[in-house]
Amino acid sequence: MSEKNPEYDFLWCPGCGDFGVRRAMEFAMEELNIKTERPMTSNVVVAGIGCSGNTVHLLEGEQPYGFHGIHGRSLPVAMGIKMSNPELNVVTVAGDGDFLSIGMEHIAPQAARNLNICAVIMDNGVYGLTKGQASPTTTHDTVTSSTPFGKIENPVNPLELYLTLGVTYIASGYSSKPKDLANLILRGMEHPGFSIVHVASPCTTYNDTYTQLKGSAKLNIAPTAWTIPANHDASDRKAARAIIEEGGVPVGVVYEDNSRPSFDAQFETIRANNKQKSNDAQLAVFDL
Amino acid sequence: MAGRSEIVVRFAGEGGQGVVTAAEMLARAATGVGYHALTFATFPSQILGGPTWTQARVSRVPISSPGDSVDILVAFNDYAYQEHRSDVRDGGVILLDPSATPDPADTAHRCITVPFDALAKETGEARAANMVVMGGLSKLINMPLQFFKDFVSIRFAARESVVTANHKALDLGLNHLAAEESVSDLGSPIKPDYPQSFIKGNEAVSLGAMHAGIESYIGYPISPATPILVYMEKNLTGEGKVAVQASSEIESITAIIGAGFAGKKTMTATSGPGFTLMQEGIGLAWMAEIPIVVVDVQRGGPATGLPTKTEQSDLLTAIYPAHGDSRMPVIAPGTVEECFYGSVMAFNWAERYQGPVMLLSEHSLAERAQNIRKPDLANVPVEERVRYTGNNDYLRYESHELSPFSSPGGPGAYIANGSEHDVYGDTTHLGKYHIHMTERRFSKLKLLEDGDYEAENSNAKIAVMPWGGSKGSVREALDLLLAAGLDLGWYYTMFVSPLPAKMLAELQSKDLVIVPELNFQGQMALNLRSLGVKAEAITQYTGLPFGPGDLAGRIKQLLSGIGQSTGAVKA
Repeated sequence: MSEKNPEYDFLWCPGCGDFGVRRAMEFAMEELNIKTERPMTSNVVVAGIGCSGNTVHLLEGEQPYGFHGIHGRSLPVAMGIKMSNPELNVVTVAGDGDFLSIGMEHIAPQAARNLNICAVIMDNGVYGLTKGQASPTTTHDTVTSSTPFGKIENPVNPLELYLTLGVTYIASGYSSKPKDLANLILRGMEHPGFSIVHVASPCTTYNDTYTQLKGSAKLNIAPTAWTIPANHDASDRKAARAIIEEGGVPVGVVYEDNSRPSFDAQFETIRANNKQKSNDAQLAVFDL
Repeated sequence: MAGRSEIVVRFAGEGGQGVVTAAEMLARAATGVGYHALTFATFPSQILGGPTWTQARVSRVPISSPGDSVDILVAFNDYAYQEHRSDVRDGGVILLDPSATPDPADTAHRCITVPFDALAKETGEARAANMVVMGGLSKLINMPLQFFKDFVSIRFAARESVVTANHKALDLGLNHLAAEESVSDLGSPIKPDYPQSFIKGNEAVSLGAMHAGIESYIGYPISPATPILVYMEKNLTGEGKVAVQASSEIESITAIIGAGFAGKKTMTATSGPGFTLMQEGIGLAWMAEIPIVVVDVQRGGPATGLPTKTEQSDLLTAIYPAHGDSRMPVIAPGTVEECFYGSVMAFNWAERYQGPVMLLSEHSLAERAQNIRKPDLANVPVEERVRYTGNNDYLRYESHELSPFSSPGGPGAYIANGSEHDVYGDTTHLGKYHIHMTERRFSKLKLLEDGDYEAENSNAKIAVMPWGGSKGSVREALDLLLAAGLDLGWYYTMFVSPLPAKMLAELQSKDLVIVPELNFQGQMALNLRSLGVKAEAITQYTGLPFGPGDLAGRIKQLLSGIGQSTGAVKA
């Protein structure tokens, strides 16, 4: 809403990866609206707390509904919205701190439910908004303001975690290619089940990894981002695991399981088969 | 005690011995023929076993508390006998299982050994021990055996062999005590001339939510709130309805906030520990102005506390659950009947002011089975939030007061925001918006100050004001004191925050407001003092409700302690 709201003064740092993710989100929602012939107001963007969460305020063009809640809880808020109105396209945006640290407990139940929501994760490997503390994806030994002698803990491998928990659509992307990223997000939105698009979205202030992602011939640095080959069979769990074990930042759809029915679909069947008794009938059960 | 119009029967033993169902069965049978009855249950937090007791109070006239002294104790083992015999009034009867040894020195009570299990086995239905007990009770309380037989016939209608065995068990129980003198003559029941329900507090809360139009329930199991989750999972079904078990209370609260934001009427139910986990979420609902209902069925606390005992110690946390400037609307039903109406009103309030409402129940109400006047659904009003019907350029938070509610899928896109926000819903740090929004949020509470309340003898300078589930015990205690000639006023409302404005003004004019409540700190009295009422608490924190007789004594003591014993007596 920032265009219409000159007083809104939150800014991402120049070069922040989140700009690209925001653009990709806009592309994906516009594309989906065309395909489904639904208005922008049938989209809801649920944000966590952190730099990533401000995406919801910085979206340009026609506005979807937004929900900017509390730290770590974007998934359950999205769940409440989606279950209430399955017609809506519900997308969450959160960072590696919000999603994988304080909000980690919500990933497994959503994976178990396979509810049709899409989580877009902006991973910069650091707590940016609180000025540079270690996050779950910060690498071992890294010195940050909260790990002055190097990070003792091992980093989590998000893609491996998602696969293990049973997430039915896992894509991995890179913020510098918004068009490509938009396709991964769009496919996640259209996937009938729980989808996660995990995006390497560098923090130019506290953890600038652009050089590593892109690589540099001059500095003799091989790029960590690599494109998943076109012949990768995303429905093959073993192949997905092999992609993840390659390391670095694979770009593309890592895994997609369309065989599991979504929560939404199963719930609709239950609803159709179990009509609600009238209030009078419910009360009559207790008649003396 | 012939001619006494009421009787209290306690069943004590081990979980799994049928103790839990015995009181309910007696109450069901008694209410079925026109008596009034109410049960009280307390049991250990384990699946089977552990010391358990339940109690039924049966009366010819309406009652509102578990009562005072026990007339009849049914002790299923020696531990139960030793533990509960002192609660039996002089002249009362104790029915003992053969495994219990009566104390020869106990001359105050009539102890009768009854081989419950052996007699049950004779019927061919080993689980009929409860019916043996009921047969014996029919003799002791002078209630025709046919009442129980009719109850059995209806209850097990489709199972002929079970009916036959249970009827035989009733006969055997009665025969065993045939020579015993009755403890009480309840007299013929005076059947109420209005339709009745026999229902527990948790069920009444669930039905209230149904009547209010609940569309979404998301909750996590916890004693003693679980029956609400179970009811919803089974009954909140069909087109557009959601009932789901969450993975934690944090998931529950944030998910129902999502549902409320999506335009649905939504609720979760929990108890102390879960309520604490929900507090950040409740603050979010206040901040983002999302209608939700949170039921806290109180138990003893803090931490895991006393999961299966009753206490009224969550009042302050219910009013002030969240950090920052906020104050939640709280409705605390005082009876099983009010559990229904309180639940309806919790939804009405949430819709009316667009924010979170706390429904504060408690263990003793949740598990209390009672005959109540059947709610006349056609005459219980249901409110709906004001909906936005304009175009897409909507400033959801522009007004200084309530504004229409827009929901995803329809026009009026905005950002519901837990951060301080401007009129668009965008995050802001500007002081002018924090002032605007803080005042806006508090101004909406004014819409809730018109709740009903009870006021009697309002000229008295000293008043008694219970809250929540202590209402019944306190009312009975007050009646004892009024009968003794004391001049005391009575105030009561289930709308504990904000209090009805008129009631608060009356309370502020009193010399003293006595608040009996089941917690250590006197939380309602503290709250009232912060509102300019001269309030003093009478507290109890045993995990059990007040006994009316005991409480009457303590009120008298308090009055004499402040030199008011004569001043408060009617001239």
